Amino acid sequence: MAHSFTDSIVSRRRLLRGAVAGAGAVALPSLLAACSSGPKRSGDSANGTVTLGSNASDPVPRKAYTDVIAGYHSSSGRTVDVRTTDHNTFQENINRYLQSRPDDVFMWFAGYRMQFFAAKGLLDDINDLWQGFTGFSQALKDQSTGQDGKQYFVPFYYYPWAVFYRKSVFQQHGYQIPKTLDEYTALAKQMQKDGLVPIALGDKDGWPAMGTFDYLNMRANGYEFHKSLMAGKEAWTDPKVKHVFDLWRGLMPYHDKGANGRTWQEAAQTLAQKKSGMAVFGLPHPGQQFAEADRGDLDFFAFPEIDPQWGQDSVEAPIDGFLLPRRGGDKDGARQLLKYLATPAAEEAYIAGDPNNIAVNSAADTSKYGPLQQKAVQLVSSAKHVSQFLDRDTRPDFASTVMIPAIQQFINNPKDVDGLVNDIERQKKSIFATEG
Amino acid sequence: MSDTTRRTAADPAATPQPGPAAGPAAAVADPAPAVLPDRPARTARRRPRLRRLSRRDLLVLGLLLGIPVLLDLALVWGPALASVGLSFTSWDGIGAIHGVGGRNYVDVTTNYPPFWPAVRHNLVWLGFLALVATPLGLFFAVLLDRGIRFSRFYQSALYLPVVLSLAVIGFIAQLIFSRDQGALNSLLGRTQDPVDWIGDPSINLWAVLLLAGWRHTGYVMILYLAGLKSVDPSLKEAAAIDGANEAQAFFRVVLPTLRPVNIIVGVITVIEALRAFDIVYAVNHGRNGLELLSVLVTDNIIGEASRIGFGSAVAVLLLVVSIGCIIGYLAQELREDRYGTRARRRTRPRKAPRGDRP
Repeated sequence: MAHSFTDSIVSRRRLLRGAVAGAGAVALPSLLAACSSGPKRSGDSANGTVTLGSNASDPVPRKAYTDVIAGYHSSSGRTVDVRTTDHNTFQENINRYLQSRPDDVFMWFAGYRMQFFAAKGLLDDINDLWQGFTGFSQALKDQSTGQDGKQYFVPFYYYPWAVFYRKSVFQQHGYQIPKTLDEYTALAKQMQKDGLVPIALGDKDGWPAMGTFDYLNMRANGYEFHKSLMAGKEAWTDPKVKHVFDLWRGLMPYHDKGANGRTWQEAAQTLAQKKSGMAVFGLPHPGQQFAEADRGDLDFFAFPEIDPQWGQDSVEAPIDGFLLPRRGGDKDGARQLLKYLATPAAEEAYIAGDPNNIAVNSAADTSKYGPLQQKAVQLVSSAKHVSQFLDRDTRPDFASTVMIPAIQQFINNPKDVDGLVNDIERQKKSIFATEG
Repeated sequence: MSDTTRRTAADPAATPQPGPAAGPAAAVADPAPAVLPDRPARTARRRPRLRRLSRRDLLVLGLLLGIPVLLDLALVWGPALASVGLSFTSWDGIGAIHGVGGRNYVDVTTNYPPFWPAVRHNLVWLGFLALVATPLGLFFAVLLDRGIRFSRFYQSALYLPVVLSLAVIGFIAQLIFSRDQGALNSLLGRTQDPVDWIGDPSINLWAVLLLAGWRHTGYVMILYLAGLKSVDPSLKEAAAIDGANEAQAFFRVVLPTLRPVNIIVGVITVIEALRAFDIVYAVNHGRNGLELLSVLVTDNIIGEASRIGFGSAVAVLLLVVSIGCIIGYLAQELREDRYGTRARRRTRPRKAPRGDRP
């Protein structure tokens, strides 16, 4: 080494000093930044810009929202800054998001999932705005209302769940639309004979099979029972619930095997390839997996009747819309925006860009709707009750940590219904006991 | 292998006998009291140096040590202890926190169906990585170390999975293992009665372990390859001259000199097995036969579910198991290591006189 002893000491010290300064310079700002959580906003209310937290991260809805906001800008002269987060990330962070510094308005779901946050005091009610709203049905108002009787939600669009099929397949084999569960089972049996998989199912993601459970329960036990079961007020060991699983077990031989390893996209593809005959889906799901030319061949029918007492009076139609977070910034601007979003014009602008959904406002123009959309409007407007979806109608922790594993277990082994409902009930008691 | 080595190999215990010139094989087996005497001398030399540090040095050292320690406390131990505290409460992440005593632990162990399967899967994971993937990685490393043709290519091919992201691995799993459209069922010709690799809870763990092992093998291979490159070839020569066959030279000479790498690989294997998460999460969110403790923690804490107290209880159980495994493993390894390194230290000076072998 060429350095003398003292030289190296000095340079080492200098180095150390530099290192400390450097470390401080690097560490401090990030520490400070960590203290003030949430995104920085540049003078929101000053220039009248309202921020909108969006979970519409898929390209089609994202583009459609851009059109909606452009419409607002041209009609009111106000600007809106749409902040889009990945759909699942937005959902996973919702607790922290609402508690830190949320945007002025955010997108979310109707029903229990909205009521949960309203009850926690994280939302502002918009009772007064609702007085001025027109074109929303009573069912929509119910889904927008918190447990305290006040409205918190501006519904925007919905998509009904139903049994989808290909018209050409039904024509080819001369199948009739089944009205009752017996007809449905008989049709499934016939399809099996004709070499089709009667009912396609892909439950790898855990939620798609919930739609079938919801419909079986609402058809067999009625909407009120379903709602109160979801709210944790009924026992899962009730014979009525066992009956639902028994019915489902009766249908299992007609479902595609290995559902837990299949994505819903793959299931929809078997429908498109005419390998399977039917599938329970939401309106936007199967069409995406069909070739452009085949989409006209897609059709659906309402889930068949089980108990004539209830008929087909309920429809599962998840509603998406907008809410006002309590900790948001520009309340006035936010309310103006919400008012606009409740108008038919805003919904028409959206549906024009994303024709997989249906506008909720009855005054919205439906003349440009495709036949499937028209039929979906019919389906929902003729329904007495609108449910959301299992994971929107009950506590999120119950849906994700109890019901998803339980339904997947049921698909693997449909025989042990007693053990299954006992497991669910025990966990439900423990989860619903922790109110607060 | 030559005839001479085979002959002598018949009695391996006899080979190390010819005195000091026998080389490393003997040295490893021989605990070395000779090193002990110069220990006290060394520490005595060090002590006055400490006193020579000026106040400024102390300040600088204090800062340099203090900042990492504070960060460690704030970012590692703080949250860990907070988790322990939260595990005795019920909290949904929004409202007030209620103490519930040990109820979360009772619930986790008696009223949470995925818990015991998750524990079992973690143990299977550990067994598979330790008994199959790690030895396989070592094997590949040894093969590559022999300088076979295209070794660069094999090396990168085997290491590639380590750098693949979670999303890509989930995608690959789907391409290979999908029941209806996967490559594996086509290759096996099972299109009529396809095997449900991902959906059948009795086999999907093994399908995923194949992926996990695929990644782990590459990782272990690189670590051992680096270790093998630093093994002095003369050790192997010496063993060969002493008549050890390839297997003996490897297991008795090379592998013991790789002890530091062995420790790292062991720790990594244990940690990888216990914190395994990404692959199962990418495949099916860690459900339906792929439950793991880490996934249960995530399911309960992250996301809308927010059973934070409950999830913390699972996390604490995982922490206890991990710390138990790691401490147990390290304590044992380091205890052996103390003798091991001391013995090896003696081998170096002895390398020189090897020249005057007959």
